[in-house]
Amino acid sequence: MSQYVLRRLLIAIPSLLGISVVLFVVLALAPGDPFSELATNPNVPPEVQAALRAKFGLDDPIHLRYLHWLNAMLHGDWGFSFVSRMNVDALILQRLPATLYVIGSAQILALLIAIPVGVYAATKPYSLFDQIANTLAFVGFSLPTFFTGILFILIFSVTLDWLPFVYTTDIKATGIHWVLEMIRQAIMPVAVLGLFQAASMTRFVRSAMLDVIRLDYVTTARAKGLGQATVIVKHVMRNAMIPVVTLIALQMPAVFGGAIVTEQIFRIPGIGSLLISSILSNDTPVVMAVTFVFACLVVLFNLIADVLYGWLDPRISLR
Amino acid sequence: MAGLTLASPSAERRAYSPWRETWRRYSRHRLAVISAFLLLILVLAVVMGPFIWRIKINEIDIVAGMQGPSLAHPFGTDDLGQDILARMIYGGRISLAVGLAAMLVSVFIGTLIGALAGMSRGALGHGLMWLTDLFLSLPQLPLLLLLIYLFRDGLKQVFGPEGGIFILIVLVIGGLRWMPVARLVRAQFLSIREKEFVEAARALGASPVRQVVRHILPNAVGPVIIAGTIDVAAAIIAESTLSFLGLGFPPDTPTWGRLLYDAKDFLDIGPHWALFPGGAIFIAVVAINFIGDGLRDALDARRVI
Repeated sequence: MSQYVLRRLLIAIPSLLGISVVLFVVLALAPGDPFSELATNPNVPPEVQAALRAKFGLDDPIHLRYLHWLNAMLHGDWGFSFVSRMNVDALILQRLPATLYVIGSAQILALLIAIPVGVYAATKPYSLFDQIANTLAFVGFSLPTFFTGILFILIFSVTLDWLPFVYTTDIKATGIHWVLEMIRQAIMPVAVLGLFQAASMTRFVRSAMLDVIRLDYVTTARAKGLGQATVIVKHVMRNAMIPVVTLIALQMPAVFGGAIVTEQIFRIPGIGSLLISSILSNDTPVVMAVTFVFACLVVLFNLIADVLYGWLDPRISLR
Repeated sequence: MAGLTLASPSAERRAYSPWRETWRRYSRHRLAVISAFLLLILVLAVVMGPFIWRIKINEIDIVAGMQGPSLAHPFGTDDLGQDILARMIYGGRISLAVGLAAMLVSVFIGTLIGALAGMSRGALGHGLMWLTDLFLSLPQLPLLLLLIYLFRDGLKQVFGPEGGIFILIVLVIGGLRWMPVARLVRAQFLSIREKEFVEAARALGASPVRQVVRHILPNAVGPVIIAGTIDVAAAIIAESTLSFLGLGFPPDTPTWGRLLYDAKDFLDIGPHWALFPGGAIFIAVVAINFIGDGLRDALDARRVI
């Protein structure tokens, strides 16, 4: 097992490098130059411009520039945000907890809905429950997160006035009240993201369960006289979860997309809203770094999925 | 199924043409038929709308601002008194056009890469699949935002504000969504290229290009159509998301996402402003997804109904 995890880790490195190449090439191909302002400034003589360009290596061939950039990233030198007046890595670390808190809670909510509903729907395929669940799932993943967010605000904040629609980090309360307030303000963003996730997950779980539930070994388990609950939970689910884990991992990029939108709607100070505000204020170092962090998170979750995969299906880690 | 039922005397029905058979299977999915009908109405509304509903999208009438639905303005007005129905008709054309065009881009790239990977037996196939997996693990929305941020101004100068953004959004959304199509096409190719009829074509001396175009591709097209349909919905969502984040089309172009973006600060006094465009996005997307589901029933030969 540990050998398998190590192998997966080693496979993750080339994909991270690949992603960094893609990002860097995109940046290098983009029109616009950090020194374009200097070029149009008549007070800066051309020799000074050329000297500055040479000093920062802007005229180097692209692969040298990439290596230089990669080296700086690896050494923790992520650049400086001109808008926030602080180092980019400090800024991201400050914003990351809020994002992880919302995404993590949403993911748990999605699993808590999708697994029971999907499993129950698969045990009674084409029943009324199954049909309702299926239709709702379809509707759920066709509703874009920005629209559900607005609907939630309209219903629960504007009409009913139950929940706050602006997320704050400095809650003026202590102890248990602080915890309650934190939960209360996270309900809507987590529900928006979690329900969206749950919709597609329910379909994955149901179809994976249906694939397994008809196999002979399940009939054998029933013939041994095991109860329905034992058969479903111990025999069917463990095998059905294997493809589900992969599908959930493949969904991660979409989850982060949803998180960006949710953070923007509810004004959660996470890295998603940081990305949008830096784009609007042309803060290139932050934009690059946040995109890279998102890419790293996706690779990390793929890695976790691979490890889970190996645990659920020991044959894979033996290969 | 057909082979089994022929034995019984009552089931002797005549053979249908492939298209009729497809339609027969499709029409069993009731929600898919309703969705096709809904989508047809929506498309007709945005295409024919401007000829019937003649209020201009930028006709400002501050006095009539923030009104709810009425006879003069069936979908109400926004804060400047602009007619929301007229703006939605205009925006709907863009949203649907982006969805279709981005789908064509992604299906084209996906089919090309999938076909190359499916036909090659060497390093090329492995390399292309590695590239596909790499693209699958790219965070799409951040990358989409990054690309638009970096290339917006350059394209604006070449193609004008609306045309430049249109081309950029279509290329970027299409260019980040081809991977599922590529995987599907490759999987189809791997199995079809070993079938007897392809071997027969090969034995008759058909060149690889002819094998692909005449024999393999027509048999692999079903899953591609299904994936393409779902892609239209995904592209519409992606475009609306960009507009909703304020990074899509220019502010004076009222796409559905942009309307929602403008409306989100007035939810307490003008909920209609957000509900109509949001509802339009939802109806378009859910209808397309159901059509995709119906097509899966109709075109997926492995599925027995």
